[in-house]
Amino acid sequence: MTAGKGGLHTREKVMRLVFLGSSILSLFFLALICIFLFSNGVPALFKIGAANLLLGTDWSPVDTPPFFGLLPMILGSVCVTVGAVIVGTPIGIFTAVFMVYYCPASLYKLMKPAVELLAGIPSIVYGFFGLVLLAPIVRTIFGGSGLSMFTASIILGIMILPTIVAVSEAAIRAVPASCYENAVALGACRERSIFCAVLPAAAGGVTAAVVLGIGRAVGETMAVVMVAGNQARMPAGVFQGLRTMTANIVLEMGYAADLHRDALFVTAALLLIFILIINAILFYISSINRLQHS
Amino acid sequence: MNNKIEVKGLDLFFGDFQALYNINIEFAEREVYAMIGPSGCGKSTFLKTLNRMNDLVVNCKITGEVRLDGRDIFRAIDVNVLRKTVGMVFQKPNPFAMSIYDNIAFGPKTHGVAKRAQLDEIVERSLTAAVLWEEVKDRLKKSALDLSGGQQQRLCVARSLAVNPEVLLMDEPTSALDPLSTLKIEELICNLKANYTIIIVTHNMQQAARISDKTGFFLLGQLIEADSTDKIFSSPKDKRTEDYITGRFG
Repeated sequence: MTAGKGGLHTREKVMRLVFLGSSILSLFFLALICIFLFSNGVPALFKIGAANLLLGTDWSPVDTPPFFGLLPMILGSVCVTVGAVIVGTPIGIFTAVFMVYYCPASLYKLMKPAVELLAGIPSIVYGFFGLVLLAPIVRTIFGGSGLSMFTASIILGIMILPTIVAVSEAAIRAVPASCYENAVALGACRERSIFCAVLPAAAGGVTAAVVLGIGRAVGETMAVVMVAGNQARMPAGVFQGLRTMTANIVLEMGYAADLHRDALFVTAALLLIFILIINAILFYISSINRLQHS
Repeated sequence: MNNKIEVKGLDLFFGDFQALYNINIEFAEREVYAMIGPSGCGKSTFLKTLNRMNDLVVNCKITGEVRLDGRDIFRAIDVNVLRKTVGMVFQKPNPFAMSIYDNIAFGPKTHGVAKRAQLDEIVERSLTAAVLWEEVKDRLKKSALDLSGGQQQRLCVARSLAVNPEVLLMDEPTSALDPLSTLKIEELICNLKANYTIIIVTHNMQQAARISDKTGFFLLGQLIEADSTDKIFSSPKDKRTEDYITGRFG
């Protein structure tokens, strides 16, 4: 009896160590990435100067003297992300509303896995789709090369759709049916009940969905590289090419050396900071949600 | 006295299950009706038929007639107009996730009131009628979710009143409230009687006796009898009504 108990204790202790070890390892990777990025990036920050890096509009890393202005890429990321949100948010929220309030059960069985599949498609496939199908269409209709902020925004918008749909759907479903019933009982039609009573109640979750989508859009690389044009210059228009921070790293890391290489680390660190801010916003939203529900 | 609502030969089915059997009853203007009966007897279902909330239930089939001011509510009245005219207060208080002001203004805005001054007036009038104005007038822009349960329920009454209904349906409006809040809602019902026809579903027989003029007793989907509250509680015609109100079952 005592021995059995003792055995159980030992096993519990071992398992606890395994869980603890795994957790520490996960955090260790995070710390490692942060240290790696910042230790490589900080020297460049001093050598080039924070203002030159963050506000410089000229990125010519192999010229003499070189210029390491990251502003075009920062704005490039912001532009395609805003574009993606403009494309993806309404479609995503409307899809979620459809799935909760309009979709017949038989269709839902098909739609739910279809949306999940959309999330599972490799980004290179999205990029390929954008390059061979969307870009020529954009070229034909709007002129230019077709590789542009516009094309990238549409592709990214589609890519963040599954995130927005899934998270908004869960948020809308979490609103008690009584909310909808109350609105209907006041004589509101279905659309008004959904958009003016149910959606405000789901606002926290829907906002979280959009912010998660933003996070995905900011970090997306492969698809964007294929359709954005990648010109390292200030974004010049919706139908002009631009380069994002992620594209900047992937395009130049192959041959970058010395200060150029360090400047790419700064780009990566900036990306990390962007994501940190987005996560902080998410954390803030979810804490408000918790307060409201308690 | 004029009949506000007339129900004739009403049968209601959820799929194959019949929930209401041949209901016949009239509701006069400006009176309070209590619907009593054990759980699952169909009284809430009946209540929800009167503003067609059962339309939201899939597989719900209704036959028979319900007339509001002589007009068939299933065929002659637009459902949204019906629900504006026949307001409803639910069992659980459930304000919308918005400010107190916006909760009240939701209904009027739905029905086309857009002027700020007019909305202000409606909000004050409705909250006053629901005896909530004094408590919330300084925090109309605050979230309605921060109110207490009793205040939330009075807010829901005010929200229903804001669209100028003529009939008010109340589905166990006090069952989630403490005794003090219950008392306030009951006083409120007695005040509202001057202007509205009120039909209230309740599990609380003392409540029915306290506030209603007429009482209907439901059992297993049938309206066993409906008469003045005094009669139902002192000399019911049906044995089953007597058994229920004297506490022998249910």
